[in-house]
Formats: sequence, C-alpha cells, structure tokens
Amino acid sequence: MAATLPMTATATGDYRRRNARRLKLVLFGLVALAVALALDVSIGPGNLPLGDVLRTLVDPQSATPRLSVIVWDLRLPIALMALAVGAMLGLSGAGMQTILANPLADPFTLGVSAAATVGASVAIVLGWSVVPGAGPFIVTVNAFVFALAASLVLFFMTKLRGVSAETMILVGIALLFTCNAITALLQYRSNEVQLTQIVFWTLGSLARASWEKVGVAALLIALALPFFLMRGWALTALRLGDERAESLGVRVDRLRLEILIATSLLAAVSVSFVGGIGFIGLVGPHIARLLVGEDQRFFLPVATIASAVLLSLASTVSKVITPGVIYPIGIITALIGVPFFISLVMSIRGRGV
Amino acid sequence: MALLIRDLDFRYGATPVLQRLGTEALPRGELAALVGPNGSGKSTLFRCAAGLLRPERGTVALDGHDLSELSQRERARKVFYLAQDTGARVALSVFDIILLARKSLHRGYALAASPADTHAVEAVIEELGLAPFASRDIATLSGGQRQLAAIGQALVREPDVLLLDEPTSALDVRRQLDVMATIREATRRRDIVTVVAIHDLSLAARFADRVLVMNSGRIAQAGAPAEVLAHEAVSETYAVGVHLEHSARGTLLVEPYIQVH
Repeated sequence: MAATLPMTATATGDYRRRNARRLKLVLFGLVALAVALALDVSIGPGNLPLGDVLRTLVDPQSATPRLSVIVWDLRLPIALMALAVGAMLGLSGAGMQTILANPLADPFTLGVSAAATVGASVAIVLGWSVVPGAGPFIVTVNAFVFALAASLVLFFMTKLRGVSAETMILVGIALLFTCNAITALLQYRSNEVQLTQIVFWTLGSLARASWEKVGVAALLIALALPFFLMRGWALTALRLGDERAESLGVRVDRLRLEILIATSLLAAVSVSFVGGIGFIGLVGPHIARLLVGEDQRFFLPVATIASAVLLSLASTVSKVITPGVIYPIGIITALIGVPFFISLVMSIRGRGV
Repeated sequence: MALLIRDLDFRYGATPVLQRLGTEALPRGELAALVGPNGSGKSTLFRCAAGLLRPERGTVALDGHDLSELSQRERARKVFYLAQDTGARVALSVFDIILLARKSLHRGYALAASPADTHAVEAVIEELGLAPFASRDIATLSGGQRQLAAIGQALVREPDVLLLDEPTSALDVRRQLDVMATIREATRRRDIVTVVAIHDLSLAARFADRVLVMNSGRIAQAGAPAEVLAHEAVSETYAVGVHLEHSARGTLLVEPYIQVH
C-alpha cells in the first residue's frame, strides 16, 4: 500500500495544480477585462490622444470640460455597460446551459430576448405600458416585464409535465418563434419612426447606456455571482445527470427553478437596458468550458468574465469599422457569433452528443 | 442492525410496479444480490429505498428507524443509490466527480475542498485502483472505468446503505470479479448494507451472502444463494430451467437453460 500511495498523491497534486491554473485564468481574465475597458474608452469619435483619456480617468480635475464630458459622460458609461451586459449575458447563458444540459441554450435562443423585444415593440407602437407610470422608461420597463414573463412561461409550461431539460428547450424555441411573429405583426402596423425604433431595439445597442443602468447592472452581478457560486457543487453534480445529482442529495427541481429565475432576471435586465444582443451568452460560456472545464466553481466566473471581455471588444470593434460611426453592437456580435454558433453545432454533432 | 423494507406499494400512473413488496431484514456487513427479469421493478425498488421516489405506502427502515422521517440530504447521506451509467459526457475528472460526491454531503457553501475531503478521495482512489486514470476526464474513459469511478463516488460518501444498479454490466471478466470482491470487502469492512441488482446469477451466487429474487413487483424468494437459486421461484421468474453445479474449485455455478416441452 505504501508503495502505491505516491500514485494517488499525484492525483491530489494534479487536482491542486489544475485548480491553481484555473485560478490563474480567473486572474488573467480580470486583467484582460481591465485592458479591454481601457481600449474601449480610448477609442472613439473625437480622436482624443490615449494619454489624455487615461489622465482624465485617473485625475478628472485636470481635464478640460470637453474631455471630461466625452470620457466620463459619453464613453465610460458605454464601456462599463458593455462589460456589465456581457457579464450578465455570460452568467445567464452559463446557468441556462448547465441546468438545461445543452450548450446551445442562452437568453437569445430560448426566446427571452425575443419576448423583451415584443415588450419594447408594444411600448413603441401601441404606447401601452405594462406598469402604469413608467413614463420615459416605458420601453425598458415593458421589455423587462415581458422577458421575465417569458421565463415564467418557460418554467410553468415545463412544470406541468415535469421539468425535463428537453421540454424546456422545445418550449423555449416555440416561445422564440411566437415572439418573433408578434414583433413582426407590430412592425407591420407601425409607422416609419416606430419601425426604425423597433429595428434599433432588435439590433441591440449600447447607446442606451447610462450611469444609473450601469449601477443597477453592477449590483445585480454582485448579487447573482455569489448566488450561483453558493450552488457550485450542486450545479456540477447536475452535469452528471438528474438521477446521479439526486442520489448525491441535490434537490434537482428546486435548484433548476432557482437558477432559472436568476438567469431570467439577468437576461431580462440586460435586454431591457440595451436590446437584443445575441451570441455573447453562447460564446462566453463555451470559451470558459474550453479553458477551465465544467467544475462550476471556475466555469461560472470564467464564463462571466469571458463574456464581459468579448462584449467589450465587440464594442471597440463597433467603433473602428467606420471611423466616426458606431454600429449597433448586436450586429457585431451576430456577425462574429453566427459562424461560431455553426461551428459549435457541428462540433457537438461530431462528438455524437 | 439491518435494513428492513415492508409493504411497499408504488405505481407509475396506473401501472403498479411494486406491490406489497417486503424483504427480510438485510443485516449490516452482508452483500445481498437482487435478481429478476428486466422490468420487474428492481430500479424502482432502489429509488423508493433511496427516497428518490415516494411509495404510496410501506416503510423503509434502517436499524429500526424509518428513513422517511429524514430530510432528503440526510437520507442521501445514509443511503446511496448508484443508477446505471447514463454516459453523460462531461469535462470533469475522476478525481473531480469523487470529490464532488464527498462535498455534496455537507450543507454549507465552502467552495474549496478540505484536506480531509481530498484525503478521503485519495483513499477511495487507492481502494478501487483508480490512480492510473484519476486525473483524466470521465468523457475519455471506457465504460468500465466510468463504472469504477461511479463506485468511487458511492464509497467516498461512506453510506450506511449502498444500492448498486448493475455495477458490473460494462466490465470485462477480470473487472467483474475485482469490483464484486471490492464491493463485498467494503461491505464487510464498513459494516454497511449493500444490495446489488445483477443479471449474472453465477456472479450473484459467488459473491452475495443472500439472494433476493424479484418478480412482478414482489420478492418471490430470498435466502442463501444455494437454496434460493435451486428454488423453483427462479425458474418460474425467468421462465427457464436452472441447473446448479459446484465447479472443481468449489464455486457454485448457475446454468440457466431454455426448457423445451
């Protein structure tokens, strides 16, 4: 026995080394986050020298009023919004993929984003507010309520027949098509101005960023990430299948409901703030899976960070394609995301899953 | 000190699966083999005993205490049910999943594994000879290796009752013997109740201290392997003839054959 002990000591050693490497990746991700943010703030219309921008960030008092306004009121909220929305979509997608055991699940593919678009369209075309007195926030509030409603429909329809991962995916797809049809119906009876607004909404754009929204998003992430991590072991157990997880003492139905509500909230807030930004919630978690595997203690934070970095980079790209023009970021993520989505589908088929 | 199941009734919709199912007391330190045709309700019995399904009536008691009075977590601590492998392809190592089985015992949210936890995992890896592939992803393992890793998940939790559904189905001849011997050894050393659902009657006869024959939701016969397997209940249950023979090495061999009338 003594002779073979070093072998198992190696197994623990391997485990520790793997953990150390995964922890390093989390730290590296945080550095990448800072770099992406600096890049995003530095680039944009106005041709400001990099040094001036960074100095304005570090020491706002020294800047000219014009510089201060551009950096602090225009660029920084957008850049931070990119990070926050990326993080929310990434965490939301990662959670959905874990509870549905499907790497193609995210707020976009499950119809939550489409439902938010319906809510926004109802506000734009019909002027109806779901919550009375929403005032200038009518579009955002409607989008939020509809997105949340979609998640609840998703849950309760599957609850009727027992929460199996397959039924949830199918109901999500049905929801997606229904919402798209309703949006199309509203577009058909809208005038030109309204149509432009809906299209702008559908594309997703960080131009709607504000410091208040950044604050709300940051708070939500600060609450949601620990909420997910507290369930880290149980979520990892879920990856071994419902039955094994139950044997291990996990209350599978309750866990799935908790995570579904949390992911819906994240998705609903991000979509209601910036419109439908697709594929980030799909690509970020996939990168995380490749980097750190499926131990949810590392997978969830890395998926969150990777998605934030991706959206931040997409935000930068949206500004450099045509100097002076900022494209809606949803177009950029879709252009990058679709080929990726297809390769993901192909690789899954190749693995025979 | 034993596991005792009494009067279990369970139905899926309108289909009765368990009907007044009861067992004799299954003592600690003994390995029981549960045999019976496909669809006779073996897995359902296990799920009811583990508390994953709620029987309409009847009790499952361990050492005289009704298990239904425990919370799901407490019950999962005492009774571990290992279902047949579903082949989930997941990027987790053998070490990861065994540690996971250990960590999910505890309430509380410590993300890091304590030295006591990793030590327990190491001990099980040693016990089952998993060391050569302990750091590999389970998605890359053979069916047999996965099955061994799953048994590692069961043992690391140190349950009082171990319910194993077909633990040898994906194993080669040598590993079948190894795994059954390991399970029997662990049962004795840890003084736990182990029930193994198994199709191979010879393997059951060889390793089990007692055999339970299940037919249509009931235990048709139970007792020492040589007596039970010789009983007509076995041939009735499977609709086969059964020939028993001791090999030159003294092992009880069971030869089922199809009767021609």
